[in-house]
Amino acid sequence: MGNTEYAYNSKVEGEVIVTRADAVVNWVRRHSVWPMPMGLACCAIELMAAGGSRFDIARFGMEVMRFSPRQADCMIVAGTVTYKMAEVVRRIYDQMAEPKWVVAMGACASSGGMYRSYATLQGVDRIVPVDIYISGCPPRPEALLDGMMLLQEKIRTEGASLRRTFRGRTVETKVVG
Amino acid sequence: MDAAALLADLQAAFPGAAPRPSADMPGLDVPAADLPAAVTRLRDAHGFDLLADLCGVDRGPAVSPRFSVVVHLLGSGHHAYLRVAAACPDDAAPEAPSLTAVHPGADWHEREAFDMFGIRFAGHPDLRRILMWDGYPHHPLRKEFPLAGMPVDLPAADVAAVTGRRVEPAPMMGGPFVSPGGTMAKAEPVARDESWNEENPKP
Ligand code: SF4
Repeated sequence: MGNTEYAYNSKVEGEVIVTRADAVVNWVRRHSVWPMPMGLACCAIELMAAGGSRFDIARFGMEVMRFSPRQADCMIVAGTVTYKMAEVVRRIYDQMAEPKWVVAMGACASSGGMYRSYATLQGVDRIVPVDIYISGCPPRPEALLDGMMLLQEKIRTEGASLRRTFRGRTVETKVVG
Repeated sequence: MDAAALLADLQAAFPGAAPRPSADMPGLDVPAADLPAAVTRLRDAHGFDLLADLCGVDRGPAVSPRFSVVVHLLGSGHHAYLRVAAACPDDAAPEAPSLTAVHPGADWHEREAFDMFGIRFAGHPDLRRILMWDGYPHHPLRKEFPLAGMPVDLPAADVAAVTGRRVEPAPMMGGPFVSPGGTMAKAEPVARDESWNEENPKP
């Protein structure tokens, strides 16, 4: 099942491309992922490096870091999530508009990392649904870019009419037309 | 700074003061009730004008007095350090007078000692937890508190409701990991007891 049925029919006049709505919507979505930088600890430094000219996340259409959750569609959780901060992370996630994705960057966001302690949430997937986990402490910017390209791949193969279930709550996004 | 003369002067002013064994800097024990007056005297008469640190100490439930407050002072004129300790008389509900009136910088340090050890500082202007969230039921640096934590509710009720999660003890995988000491090559932290992990349950 691919959503990549792009086809150029030279018999049709006027440079028309025939495809499916899902494929177009996903194409648009995956090349304009606007990240919400949830930088909580040291991993955020690598996230910043990924935004700089050396690694240049702009090559993937992701340079528009939005500190306002309502304008972002991919939360990059970069750092240690404490129980005290978990509430904030969840609330910002809730404020992001669908469709939205979450990337757990680094060992701490993925699993609590080296902080096996009373104060640290043992993986951000306990409070928000995570799409991509990136290993490393910290992951290099290349690893982040690799993870973001994986996310693009995931978006490409998603149905644009998105149905996401998390802990009993179902959120549905419909493509009209 | 003449430590013996300093001690003699403080003992004259506060009969309960006593020298405290210390490996690095001169140390002094004072009764908890005398702590603000002693620190004020050290500031005004002996030049210890900077509060470098304030922390709590828990010696464990078997020892009495169990809790104490330890203050590190620095003289910005003579560059000498001094440690002043005060044992909290009540082991069950430890309390010590606040130093915020003498050194305003003690504010957040006292909040941390309250958060981690449950020592109440009488006269503190705003004694709230500073690291754990308000309403957290435990004091994590007390000896009986496990490093992995205790199961309690998440701080936000709505987040707990939508995620169905609680604060759970962290998986320790045979840890906590401690350094056995020795040279750098041998000092890598290892688990004290490696007989159990996530596959083999703790015996
Ligand atoms: S994974 Fe490592 S680098 Fe990243 S936040 Fe945790 S401790 Fe810091």
